[in-house]
Amino acid sequence: MGIAWGSLFIVCVISLAVGVAIVALVAFALVGLSARAHVPAGGPNDGAPTVSPGAGTAIAGVCLLAAAAIVGYGLWIIIA
Amino acid sequence: MAKLYHSRSVPTRTDRERVKREFFRDSVRVRPGCVASRRNLRKGFPTMELSLIVVVVVVTALAFDFTNGFHDTANAMATSIATGALRPKVAVLLAGALNLVGAFLSVEVAKTISSGLVDDARISPVVIFAGLVGAILWNLLTWLLGLPSSSSHALFGGLIGATLVAAGTGAVNFGAVLTKVIIPALISPLLAGLVALIATYLAYRITVRAHDGTTKKGFKVGQIVSASMVALAHGTNDAQKTMGIITLTLITAGALTPNSGPPFWVILSAGLAIALGTYMGGWRIIQTLGKRVSDIQTPQGFAAETSAATVILASSHLGFALSTTQVATGAIFGAGAGRRLASVQWGVAGQMALAWLFTLPAAAIVGAVAAWVSGTGVTGTIIVAVVLIAAAAGIYAASRRRPINADNVNDVPAPVPASAAA
Repeated sequence: MGIAWGSLFIVCVISLAVGVAIVALVAFALVGLSARAHVPAGGPNDGAPTVSPGAGTAIAGVCLLAAAAIVGYGLWIIIA
Repeated sequence: MAKLYHSRSVPTRTDRERVKREFFRDSVRVRPGCVASRRNLRKGFPTMELSLIVVVVVVTALAFDFTNGFHDTANAMATSIATGALRPKVAVLLAGALNLVGAFLSVEVAKTISSGLVDDARISPVVIFAGLVGAILWNLLTWLLGLPSSSSHALFGGLIGATLVAAGTGAVNFGAVLTKVIIPALISPLLAGLVALIATYLAYRITVRAHDGTTKKGFKVGQIVSASMVALAHGTNDAQKTMGIITLTLITAGALTPNSGPPFWVILSAGLAIALGTYMGGWRIIQTLGKRVSDIQTPQGFAAETSAATVILASSHLGFALSTTQVATGAIFGAGAGRRLASVQWGVAGQMALAWLFTLPAAAIVGAVAAWVSGTGVTGTIIVAVVLIAAAAGIYAASRRRPINADNVNDVPAPVPASAAA
């Protein structure tokens, strides 16, 4: 009985891609949401490029939707 | 020696037997090409005769499932409890419920266990009983020490040890053990650790300019979701293992045809047992993983849980019976290293690695001894059962001397001064 290298490889690639992608998406979403909080003047973030609260929220929404879609698709594959 | 317990006997037509047969007739999942189909059962074919030993094995398997549950609560919830994303009691309730749901999602892993690791034509329910005894004892011992060892390896070890003694080396499929157990065991914690490391690094890198309060709150919410996914994944992987064992028992007893999947009542009872165990909460192990490995912050907890959930779900789907414990632990170490290499307690890692290394052989030895004693006859089996119960009671009594519960689980000085603890 040979080792199922193919399946093992798939597990490695999928895990790496999906795991990193979801965390990155959520992180970006939080950066977007940060635009809603006001930046203290003179703080470490003063002068950093900023986006408007509306755009930030939109970015966050897109990122979170993408993350949710990945999770939902994964679960759907397993259940179906 | 196993002859005594073999239940491929022709059924007698007493009332009790008929009731039993009718009960199982309703709960057997009928598959095309399966000998134990409804029609055959109705004709009274001797496919569903369960002896006392089979009942004992099923109960023992569910007991193992229970220990598996509380041994592994930490996998899903340790970091959430440590970062305060969830209150301890809420965390274990959520984990328990999701384990039950997860148990119904997939049966791939159950099939790996019930068809392939050991030659089901050559072992009896007594052998499986002995294997379970080995697994339960090792699980309880490592729980007492607060070590997150793999329940899966304890199970495989116990089963392999018992089979070796009862049926010889030929009955263990070492090829399948290597490809389905050992290789995933080596790769999965490293993979989860790597994913968590990269994810943690990115999470900190990306949010470096973000609003502090927003990220903290966001990752806390994220952690609740990701921890739930790990609990769900645990159900799809670990609850399956007990289902696989019970199915294997029913196959060896001739109650199910080889290669059949678990019947519905097996899925339900295994799911309930692991959910209940999870709800009990293995507070000792939660403390080790949440507080003694590294000073875990919310982004790390989120990254660790997401990585663990992905690795477990992907593997479950492809039938790899990996250890959820090792994956979750690997992910926590990876997340610790992703923020700052020095903040990981590598001494604790060494302790765990030793426990991991010993788990399979130690459970195998206990399983082998149990198989040898139970093989001597009914008296032997009873002796093993009594020893198991006594040992379990002893370990429980020992744990009461320094109890750890929902109230004091976080009362540990973090390994690194918790200056920026989220």
